[in-house]
Amino acid sequence: MSKSEKPQKLEVRLSGSGGQGLLTAGLILSQAGALQGLNVTQTQSYGAASRGGSSRSDVIISDEPIFYPEATRFDALVALTQESYDKFNPNLREEGVLIIDTVFVKNYTISSQDIYALPFTQIAMEKLGTSLFTNIIALSFLVKVTGIVTDKYLKEAIKDFKPEFAESNIKAMKLAFKLAEEYDQPAQEKL
Amino acid sequence: MERKKPVLMQGNEAVARGAVDAGINFFAGYPITPSTEITEFMSRELPRRGGVFLQMEDEIASIAAIIGASLAGAKSMTATSGPGISLMAEGIGYAKMIEQPCVVVNVMRGGPSTGLPTQPSQADIQQARWCNHGDAPAIALYPSSVLECYELTIRAVNLAEKYRTCVMVLSDAMLGHMREPVNLPDLEHVNIIERIKPTIPPEWYKHYPDNAKYRAPLASFGDGYRFHVTGLAHDDLGFPTTRPDEVDRMMKRLKNKISQNIEDLVQVELFGDESARIAIFAAGITARAAKAAIEIAHQHGKKLLLVRPLTIWPFPDEAVHTYLSDKKMIIVPELNQGQLSIEIKRILGKSKKTRKIVEVHKVTGELITPEEILKAMKEDN
Amino acid sequence: MKKIPQKEIHKYLRHNKKFPHVWCPGCSDGIVLGATIRAIAEIGWEKDDCAMVSGIGCSSRMPVYVDFNTAHTLHGRAIAYATGIKMAKPSLNVCVVTGDGDASAIGGNHLIHACRRNINLTVICINNHIYGMTGGQYSPTTPHDAIATTMPYGNIDNVFDLCKLTIGAGATFVARTTAYHATEMQSIIKAGFEHNGFSFIEVMCACPVIYGKLNKQGDAPQMMRDLRDSYVPLITYEKLNADEKQGQFPRGIFKNEVAPEYSERYAALVESLQSVKGEGDE
Repeated sequence: MSKSEKPQKLEVRLSGSGGQGLLTAGLILSQAGALQGLNVTQTQSYGAASRGGSSRSDVIISDEPIFYPEATRFDALVALTQESYDKFNPNLREEGVLIIDTVFVKNYTISSQDIYALPFTQIAMEKLGTSLFTNIIALSFLVKVTGIVTDKYLKEAIKDFKPEFAESNIKAMKLAFKLAEEYDQPAQEKL
Repeated sequence: MERKKPVLMQGNEAVARGAVDAGINFFAGYPITPSTEITEFMSRELPRRGGVFLQMEDEIASIAAIIGASLAGAKSMTATSGPGISLMAEGIGYAKMIEQPCVVVNVMRGGPSTGLPTQPSQADIQQARWCNHGDAPAIALYPSSVLECYELTIRAVNLAEKYRTCVMVLSDAMLGHMREPVNLPDLEHVNIIERIKPTIPPEWYKHYPDNAKYRAPLASFGDGYRFHVTGLAHDDLGFPTTRPDEVDRMMKRLKNKISQNIEDLVQVELFGDESARIAIFAAGITARAAKAAIEIAHQHGKKLLLVRPLTIWPFPDEAVHTYLSDKKMIIVPELNQGQLSIEIKRILGKSKKTRKIVEVHKVTGELITPEEILKAMKEDN
Repeated sequence: MKKIPQKEIHKYLRHNKKFPHVWCPGCSDGIVLGATIRAIAEIGWEKDDCAMVSGIGCSSRMPVYVDFNTAHTLHGRAIAYATGIKMAKPSLNVCVVTGDGDASAIGGNHLIHACRRNINLTVICINNHIYGMTGGQYSPTTPHDAIATTMPYGNIDNVFDLCKLTIGAGATFVARTTAYHATEMQSIIKAGFEHNGFSFIEVMCACPVIYGKLNKQGDAPQMMRDLRDSYVPLITYEKLNADEKQGQFPRGIFKNEVAPEYSERYAALVESLQSVKGEGDE
C-alpha cells in the first residue's frame, strides 16, 4: 500500500498489552483524523487490568460516513506483543501494513505484507530514556509509512493531547519519522 | 468551547455534555463500568457550573438522591449499567409513581449478573421496559452514534420534564467508549423544556392535575405549595387513597400520558430502500452493522431497508406495521437472545401475511458484524 | 423548653382529608409528632421552609399529617432522598422520620454514610423494637430473647445500639430520649434541629398492640411506665455499677460537636471554582 493508492476507508488496529499506551495512540490518531476533517471512529477493547492483559484500539478513518465501528479486515496492524501479533495478524489484509515491536514479537513470518519490524521499546529507552514513548514512536511510524493522516495533523493532535508533554512527544514523533524514512524492509530484500 | 470545529468525543462524554446542555444541574451516581466516564465528567463539570455532584454509597442511594433533588426543583440525572439498574428499579418505579422528572442512563454491558463488564450488550432492552414492579409505562431512548448520544440525552431530559416521569437513555459499552468527531450545536439552537412553576394560590394547587396535554405547572419543595408525595396509591393532591375511583384515575393518568402521546414520543429512522422486500430492524450499536450490511448489499445490487427505533419505549408499533408488514423477510439482529424480536412478533404475529422473521443473536460481548447479518439473510432466503 | 399550646400544633397539621391517623391506640408515634411540631414551633420555622421525609413503616406515615413539604419514600431510603433534597435546596430544614427497621436494617448503609458526610439532616428514629406495620417481625433493635413473629422461640440476634452506631459513623449530634419524656424529647429534637450537621435522635417508643402483646409487656400505660423506669439520664447511668446497669439504658445528648457540614463544604467548593472555566466554556 502506498500513499497514492490510499483507499477511501482505512481500518487500523493498534494492539498490545495494557500499559503500552495503545488507547492513547488510538486517541491521537483519531484526533488527527478529526482535525483533518475526516470521518473517524475509535473503539477499544481492554481487560480488567490497567496494566498487563490484552489491549487494543481500533481506528477507522474515511472520507465517507463510517457505520460499523470496529476494524475487521485491517489495512494496518500495530502489534506490540507476541500475543496480539498471533491473534490479529490473520485478519490483516494481504496488502496491509504490519508494524511489530521485535522486543516482544519474536516469532513472525515475513509474508508479502508490508512488514516493519523494529525494537520500538528499546529505541524509546535508548533514544528518549523511557519506554513510555513506545506508543508515540510506533504511531508516528505508522502514520509516516501509511499516510493515513498528514504529518501536520498528527503533530497537532499530539500537541492537543497533553500539552505539557508536547515537546517530548514531538521529539518521539520526529524520531519515528526518521526511522520510517531510513527503514529497509527485510521482506523486500528477501523477496 | 469552540463548536465550529469537530471535536473527537466519546459516547459517554456526549451523554454527559448533552445532559448539562439540557440543564441537568444535579447528578448522583456510583462507579460502574462502562458508565463511569459520565459520572467522572459530572464530578468535574457540575461543581464548576454551580450544580451538585454526589457520589453516593450505592445505586439505590443515587436514584433516591436524584429524585429528592428533583422534588426540590433540580433537573437531575444518574448513570449506571445493568447491575445498577437492577438496584435502582424500585426507585425508578417511585419516580414514575410520584411523577417526578429524572433521567437514568444505562450503558449496557453483558449480563446477567456481573457478566461482561467491559463489553457491549443490548440485553437490558426489556429491563428498560419492565425493571420496576407494578403497572407503569416506560420511556427509553437508544442512540446509535456519539452525536446522537448528545442529542437523545437532551431529548430525554426534555421528555422527563414534559411527561413528569423517569426517562431512560440506553447506551452500551461500545457506544459509550467509542469516539467520533462531532459538531455540537450552538447552545442557543438547543431546545430545552423548562419546568413550569405554578402561579396560582397554594390552596388551589393540585399536584396531579388530570389534563390530557399534561404540561401542567409543577411545584417544588420550598416554593410555598407544601405538597405531599407518596409511593402509595394517591389522589390528585398526592394523599394516600384506596378509593377505587381515585386509584383508577391515577393509574390511567400514568398510562395515558404516554399512550396518548405516542406521536410525540416515538422516533424512527429509515435507512436504505423502502421498496426492498427484505428489511432489518435494529437499534443502537447494532443498527450500524445493519447500515454497513445495507451498503454492501447495495453494492451488489440488492435492496434492503433498515428500520431503526430511536425510541425503544414506547415501542414503535405503528412504524413496524407501516414499514415491515409487507416485507418478505425481516432480520432482527440484536446483542441478546430475542428482546426486540419478541416485540416484532407481537406486532406482526396477528397479521395474515406470510413473512419470515430471522433473528440474529449474539451474547458473547462482541458486536454483530455486517457479514453476519448478510449471511443470515442468505441462509434463510 | 417553651410550652406550645395544643391550638398552635393544629396550625402545622393537614386537616383536609388526613385524619384520623393510621396509628394504633397507645402508639407513641403521635407523641413524637407532637414533640416534633412543638420543637419547630419553638424555633419558629416557616412551614414552607421545612421538609419532612420518611421511608416505610408505622413511623414513616408521619409526613402526610404535617403541613410541610413532605415525601413518603421507599423502605430504608428516606435519608438518601433527604440528601438529594438538602443538596438541591440547602435552605430547607430537612427532617427524616424513620423507624428501627427502616433506618438500621434496610437503610443501614444510607444511615452510616449520611453520618459520615455530616450533612445537615435531623433524623428522628422511632425505635419500637419491632416491625409493626407488617405485624411484628424482629428488627435489629429487638432485644435478645424477645418474641417476634419471625423469632417465635426468642430472639437469638444481637442488638444494634443505634446511638453508638451513629457516633461511630461520624454523626455530630446523637441523642436518645423516650416517648414518656415528651418535654425532654421536644427540647432534644429542637437541639437536633438547631445543630448544624447530621443529627440522630433515637426515641424509644411503645408498641403495645404488636410488640407489647407478643412480649406480655402490659398495656400502653404500663409500657410508658417501663420507658420511664428503664431509661435514665446519662449522668445517672454512668454512676451505676455493672449490676445496677442491668435493664437500664442511658438517655440524653451523647454527642454534640461542631464540625464542617457537608452542604456548606460543597458550597465552598463551588465558590472556589467560580473563577475556573468549565469544559463547556473553554
